[in-house]
Formats: sequence, structure tokens, C-alpha cells
Amino acid sequence: MTRLEIEEKVKTLLLEDLEIDEENIFPESRLKQDMGIDSLDFVDIVVIVERYFGFKIQAKEMAGINTFTQFCDYLESKVNA
Amino acid sequence: MSKRVVITGMGIWSCLGTDIKTVEEALRQGKSGIQIEPVRFEYGYQSGLTGVVEQPQLKGLIDRRLRTGLSEEAAYAFMASKQAFEMAQINQEYLDANECGIIFGNDSSAKPVIEGHKILEEKHDTQLMGSGYIFQSMNSTVNMNLSTIFHLRGINFTVSAACASGSHSIGLGYMMIKQGLQDLILVGGAQETNYFSMASFDALGTFSKRMDEPTKASRPFDRDRDGLVPSGGAAALVLEDYDHAVARGAHILAEVIGYGFSSNGGGISQPSDVGCEIAINRAMKDANVTAADIDYINAHATSTPQGDMNEAMALDRVFRGQHALISSTKGMTGHECWMAGASEIVYSLIMMHGNFVAPNVNLEHRDEYAEHLNLATETIETELNIVLSNSFGFGGTNSALIIRKLK
Repeated sequence: MTRLEIEEKVKTLLLEDLEIDEENIFPESRLKQDMGIDSLDFVDIVVIVERYFGFKIQAKEMAGINTFTQFCDYLESKVNA
Repeated sequence: MSKRVVITGMGIWSCLGTDIKTVEEALRQGKSGIQIEPVRFEYGYQSGLTGVVEQPQLKGLIDRRLRTGLSEEAAYAFMASKQAFEMAQINQEYLDANECGIIFGNDSSAKPVIEGHKILEEKHDTQLMGSGYIFQSMNSTVNMNLSTIFHLRGINFTVSAACASGSHSIGLGYMMIKQGLQDLILVGGAQETNYFSMASFDALGTFSKRMDEPTKASRPFDRDRDGLVPSGGAAALVLEDYDHAVARGAHILAEVIGYGFSSNGGGISQPSDVGCEIAINRAMKDANVTAADIDYINAHATSTPQGDMNEAMALDRVFRGQHALISSTKGMTGHECWMAGASEIVYSLIMMHGNFVAPNVNLEHRDEYAEHLNLATETIETELNIVLSNSFGFGGTNSALIIRKLK
């Protein structure tokens, strides 16, 4: 899966599953402050990522992820692991 | 000194319709909301009959975070409550500035429990269940969701009392306002309609098997009734202290003047004429009225052989020779179970304001116990000032409410 494909999937996930406004999704946008994602949303993100990418992300690994780009970096590292 | 308690808003989401006007038309025409749901046979039901309720479209009305925890019955309750607040002219700005409580009747939330179980059977990992199932699966799902959505800051709990849940929720809200503990409470009842929710009830063989004629299957007080038809949705009412309602210029739909209750103390599924009678008499005593004052009785009668018989015996003893018209709207709606006590107050309010009594449909041959009941077999145009509504449930819980038109 290419970086572009990962970014497109993450964008779709944020737009369609988490219903984040498109204007709030950009490379440096922050998951909590800019997109309004809260602690319960992170519980749902585990389920949604498993559906989109076929693996389960770890909550402790997500702890240091703040931005869209960092989220894509993390998923890219898992996809290519 | 006790406070007077009035109703300033109502909302309904049922198999008869999803707005007051449509439901009024159905009640006037004796129109049934009952159909066959084929998936029930595949699932293993003995009866495929059910009230069919439109699923609310919530996207655009509530954001995703709030929708995630909404069970089916909480979604119905949201739609009914939205109508009730709108009728009461209470908007979000008002709720943010004033204390409002919530007491809702609900006694199951089967679908999220079963769906969550299916995920675990496949994934064996609770982290793959998501955040919604816990808030959907608890009995208090309606309260916890609506208090969050509407930012309610008053009394907040759920009443689980089987098929009398909705009625007791109104009774308890009435008592809290009467005692001066609250000025404003959203009350009501909600009932899921998905096929997961009623399978264990179907197991008792309690549901009608008259599947060749779905709209004739629910036949309260009829000699040839063979069981109830499950149904659901939600009904909501805004209860308010009379002085509070007058001070804010609210339109008052009716006054709640009596609440009576009892427990049969017998078998878990065994109705009792004595239990019904105690609840009715207690409500009349609380309302300071006699049997002669009641204009209409919305009977609990669900179309089961035992239940209707016991209620008929109680009604016959208390109301024989009186002018009160009697009908069970369950011939049209089916048995709305946890919601029924609240929806039947809404149906009664619609009749009170439309000056009619809805028919007890499908009553072709009365049984011996209903022989002397003043049953409305067709729509009757008449003024209604005082109305009694009965609700009874498993475990012998009984509730009776009396409302009065304000002149």
C-alpha cells in the first residue's frame, strides 16, 4: 500500500466514519484540537482501522500521535512492518 | 402545599405514525399498524406479527458522537422528545438556562447486547467492539442519551417496570413535581421493535398466531382473541408545575390529577383483577374523583385471554352502569410494551383534544367478562374531560393514571 493510498484511506475514515469536516483535515491538523476527536472516538478508531487496514492498532502506540501526518506515518509503519 | 402538575408537550413515534396529526387520523379511522415481518420466522419465532415502526434518520439531526451510543429505542425516544419539547415551546437555549429532569420507561435493549456478542464470538477482543455498545445496551440507554443530547440537569433515571414502565415514569414525574422537587420533567416510554428483542417473549406462546389477517390479530376483549402482537416506538411528554407553565406562557394540554399503583403479589405472568382494581381506585382517590367522573378509559387490554379477562372483571366492578367509554388502542397499535403506558396517555390526549374516542377495533364477539363493559366499538365523537389510562406488567406491577382537561 502506497503512502498516497494510506492517506486517502485515512481521509475517508475521518470524513465518512468519524464525520470530521473536510476543512479540518489537512496534514498538520491535530486529531483532538482541530478535528475534535475525543477519548471515546479513539476507542472507535481501533475498530475502524481494523476494518480499513486489517490490523489492530495499540492504544499505547496511539498516545504520541497528534496530527494527521503522524497518524499516517504510524499506519504506514504498521502496513510495511 | 402540593403543586398542580400539567402536560405542556407531547410527542409520538409509533406504528400509527411519527407525528401527532398522522396518529390522530389513524386513531379516528381505527387504522392498524400491524404487519408480518418475515425474518421472524427465519429467526425461529412462532409468530411473525409485529407493529412496524419507521426507523428515524438521525444523520444531520445529531452528530456522530451522540449517535454512537443511541440504541434503537433511544432513537425513537429522541424523535418523540424533540416533538414534545417543540410543542412545549422549549428550545435548547431554554434547556441550557433552566433545570429539566428526565424519567423514561424502558425495560430492555436486546439488539446491542446480541450484536456485541456476535463481534466477540468472531474477534475475541473487546477492543474491537467500539464505544457505542455500552451506552446502547443498558436499560437506562434512553435516559443517558437524551440527558446528554438535551443537556438535562434535573432528576435523571429510568423506570423498568415491564409493560407498565411508561405509565410509572409519568406517575413518578408527576409525584416529583407535585412535591415541589422539580418544575419540569421529560417523561415517557420507549420500546425496541427489532426481532432480537421479542424472541424470548414469543417463546411463551403469548403472541397472536392470526397471521393470515395481521390487522385483525390484536383484538382486545374479543372472544376469539389468541394473544398479543408486539410493537413499539416511543412516546414523550413534558410534565410541568402548573404555575411554572403559566409563568412562561405555555399552552397546557391537560393536568395529571391521579396516579395509582399496586403489585399483584402472585405469579410472574399472572394478571390480577384485584391488582388492577386497587391501582384504579388508588388513582381515583389521588385525583379526588369517582367512577362517575371518568369519561373515557384507555384500557391496558393487550388481546391475551387472561389479561383482558382480569382487566374486564376489574372494570366491570368499578365502572358498570357509569358513562365512561372504554377502548383499548392496542387493537391498532399492538402491545407497545415498555412504551405503552406513555403512548396511551398521548393517544388519550389526542382524543381529548379532538373530542373523540378511538375504537376498540376487531371486537366482533365480546367474551362473557366484557359483556357489560361500555366499549367503543367504533369512533365516537364526544367531549372528554377526565380520562383514566391503565397499564399492567409482568411481576404483577400495575399503574393507573388520570388526566383532566383544563378549561
